[in-house]
Amino acid sequence: MSNVFIAFQANEESRPVVDAIVADNPEAQVVYSPGLVKIDAPGKLVIRRETIEEQTGRPYDLQQLQINLVTLSGNLDEDDDTFTLSWKH
Amino acid sequence: MDKRVERKSHSLGERYAAMTHDLQWETTYQSMDRVFPFDRYEGIKVRDWSKWEDPFRLTTDAYWKFQGEKEKKLYAVIEAFAQNSCQFGVSDARYVNAIKLILQAIAPIKYSLHRSLAHTGRHLRGDALRVAVQMQASDNLRHFQNETHAASVFNKYFNGLHSAPALFDAAWYLAPFKSFADDVASAGPFERIVAISFSFESLLTDTLFVPYMSGAAHNGDLSIVAAGFSGQSDAARHKMLGIETVKFLLTQDPANLALVQRWIDKWFWRSFRLMPIVAMMQDYMLSKRMMSWKESWQRFVEAPVEALFAELAQFGLRLPTGWAQACDSKEHLSHQAWNVFYGYGDAIAVHTWIPETDELNWLDQKYPDSFDRWYRPRLAHYAQRQAQGHRFFNRSLPMQCQVCQQPMFFTEKGNPRLIAYRQTEHEGETFHFCSDHCDTIFSNEPAKYQQARLSSHTLLHATDGGAKADLLKASLAASHLSNGRDQGDFSGSEDDTNFSDWGGGQDMKEAQL
Amino acid sequence: MSVTATTNALLYVGWDEHMMFATPIVLPMSLDTRFEELIHTALPSLYGEHPDFKLIDWSKAQWFQGDRLFTPRMQATLAEQGFGHKAVLRFRTPGLEGLRGSCG
Repeated sequence: MSNVFIAFQANEESRPVVDAIVADNPEAQVVYSPGLVKIDAPGKLVIRRETIEEQTGRPYDLQQLQINLVTLSGNLDEDDDTFTLSWKH
Repeated sequence: MDKRVERKSHSLGERYAAMTHDLQWETTYQSMDRVFPFDRYEGIKVRDWSKWEDPFRLTTDAYWKFQGEKEKKLYAVIEAFAQNSCQFGVSDARYVNAIKLILQAIAPIKYSLHRSLAHTGRHLRGDALRVAVQMQASDNLRHFQNETHAASVFNKYFNGLHSAPALFDAAWYLAPFKSFADDVASAGPFERIVAISFSFESLLTDTLFVPYMSGAAHNGDLSIVAAGFSGQSDAARHKMLGIETVKFLLTQDPANLALVQRWIDKWFWRSFRLMPIVAMMQDYMLSKRMMSWKESWQRFVEAPVEALFAELAQFGLRLPTGWAQACDSKEHLSHQAWNVFYGYGDAIAVHTWIPETDELNWLDQKYPDSFDRWYRPRLAHYAQRQAQGHRFFNRSLPMQCQVCQQPMFFTEKGNPRLIAYRQTEHEGETFHFCSDHCDTIFSNEPAKYQQARLSSHTLLHATDGGAKADLLKASLAASHLSNGRDQGDFSGSEDDTNFSDWGGGQDMKEAQL
Repeated sequence: MSVTATTNALLYVGWDEHMMFATPIVLPMSLDTRFEELIHTALPSLYGEHPDFKLIDWSKAQWFQGDRLFTPRMQATLAEQGFGHKAVLRFRTPGLEGLRGSCG
C-alpha cells in the first residue's frame, strides 16, 4: 500500500495539528527535520477539526492549516470537519 | 488565527458552489466561443465543466484571508532576519551562491508563470477551474516577490544578486529556465495546466522547496527558507488542481488520453531537465549537510510519484516515458552538474569551489557506487591545479540541446562513461538533443523548437566566429555583471574575504550545531 | 541555412571519456579544412590542457561521424568526407581514460 503524506512548517501553530493527526491515525509516522515536520501514513490520513479543537481548547477552521502547510501527497477530500488524504489503489 | 470562527450556516461544499459554479452564466451578447476563443484549439474535449471541483474548495474570500496571514508571518521573519543581520549567521558564505541561483533561475520562472497562468485563468471556460488557476497565477507572482524580497537582504552584502532579470534573458546557463518559461507561455491553456500544475508542481518542485529548504534552515538561512516553505503551501493547491484536472480530462472524454499522456511525457522531462541546478545546490552548496539529492529524490519524487501513477492507472495513464532514466540519473546528476559549473566558473554569476575533505567524504558516503569512481578523481585534479595556481576554467563553447537548452553533459542511462548524443533531420537541417526524450519532444512539435535560439550559436553570430575564448564570460557583461566580482572561484572572492572580515558564520561554529 | 564549403559551418567535437570538458564543443570551422589540419591545429587548442592529450597516439584514435565509426583521410577536407553544417565529430583514444581513470 502506498503512503500518503503531509508536511508542515514546524511551529507552535502546527503542533496541535500534528498531535491531532497522531491521535487519530495510529499508523502515522512523524519525522522532524530543520523547520519541517512530515507525517506519512499507509493509504489514508485523516485530520479532524474536533480533535484539533480538543488540543487547543479553541475553535479551529480546517482551512487554516494551509497557512503552515508545506506539501502533501494523496487524493484530497475536505469539508468543514475533516481533511482526508487517501489512495484508492 | 485570533478571530473567533463561527459555526457556518452553509457547509464548505455549499459555500464553494456559491462562489464558483453558481457565478457562471451562458453569455448572450456574444457566443461563449467568442468569449473563450482559446480553449478548443488544442483538441481537448470537455462535455461538463460542472464536474471540475477544487479539492481544497477554496473560495476567493478565504484565499485572500489565508494568503494575507501567510504574508504577515513571512514578512515578520524576513524583517527580523534583516534587522538582526542574520545574513552573517549563515553557516558559510559559499551557501549564498545557492540563493543567487534561486534568484537568477527560479524567481524569474515564477514571474513568467504568473503571466501564463493569468492568461489561462481568463481563457478556460470552466468557472471553478478559472478561480483556482487565477489563484495559482497570483500565487506565482507572490513567490517571485517573496523570493526577491528575501534575497534582497543578501544583495546588500554579496555579489551576483543585482541583475537577475537581465541575466535571465542573456545567460547561457539560465537558458534551460528561460526556454521552459517561454515554452509554457506559448502553449495552450490546457497544456499549461498539465505542464505546470501537474508535471512540474506535483511531480518535482518538492525537491527544491522541501528537503533543500530544510537543508538551508540547517545552514542558518531562515529567511529564504520561510519564503520557500510558505510558497510551497500554495504549490500544494496547485498540485491538487493539476491532479484533479488530469483526472477530469480523462473522465470527460477518452479521446483526451493520448494528448494528456503526451503532455505529461513532455513536461515531466522538461521539468526534470531543470533539476541539475537543484541537485547541485543540495549536494554541493549546503556546508552543513543532511540529506543528499539522491535521498531527496527517493523520498520526495520516486515514492510519491509512483503512488500517484498507481492511482492514475485506472484512467489509462502510465508513468512518463523519461521516468526510468530520470531515476537512474540520481547517482550522477549533482556531480555532473557541479562539473559543468565548476569548469565554467568564470562564465557564470555564482562562485564555485572544490569541496573540503570532509564534504568529499560525505559525498562518498552518500554515493558509494558513483562518487569515488567518477567524480572525486576529477575534483582532486582540479584541486591540484588550483594549488599550483592554474585553476581550471573551461574556455570552450558548450554544445546545447535544441529542446531543453542544457549544455550536453548528460551521460547515457546506465553508462556514466559516455555523453549521450541524439540527432534528427528536419527540413534539411540537423538538430541535436541530450536524450531520446528531448528528441521526441522536438519530433512532436518541430516548428516550435527549430526556432530555439541557442546561446552558443547566438554568441558566434555576434562575433562573426572570431575569438572564441571568453565568449561566454563576455556575454555576461551585458547583464551588468562585474568582471572578477560576480564570477570566478569562491576562494579569494569578495564574498569570501568580506564574510571573514565581518565575522560571518561564527554563530553556527560556536553553537557547534 | 545553406552553407557552402567556403563559409564557416558549425562542427560539434567531442572527446569521449574526457569530461573535464563537460560537453561536446561548438567549433566554427570551414568545411574546406583538411582533416590533418583539424587534428594538429584545432584539437590542441581545444583539448591541449588535458594531461592525456600529449599522450595520444593518433594512429590508434577511433573516429566517429555522429555515431558511425569511420576512417578519416588525413588529406581530404571535412566537406569531402561528408561533414556538413552541424555535424558531430567524436573521437576516442583507447587506453586513455581521463583524469585519474575517471573519464574526466
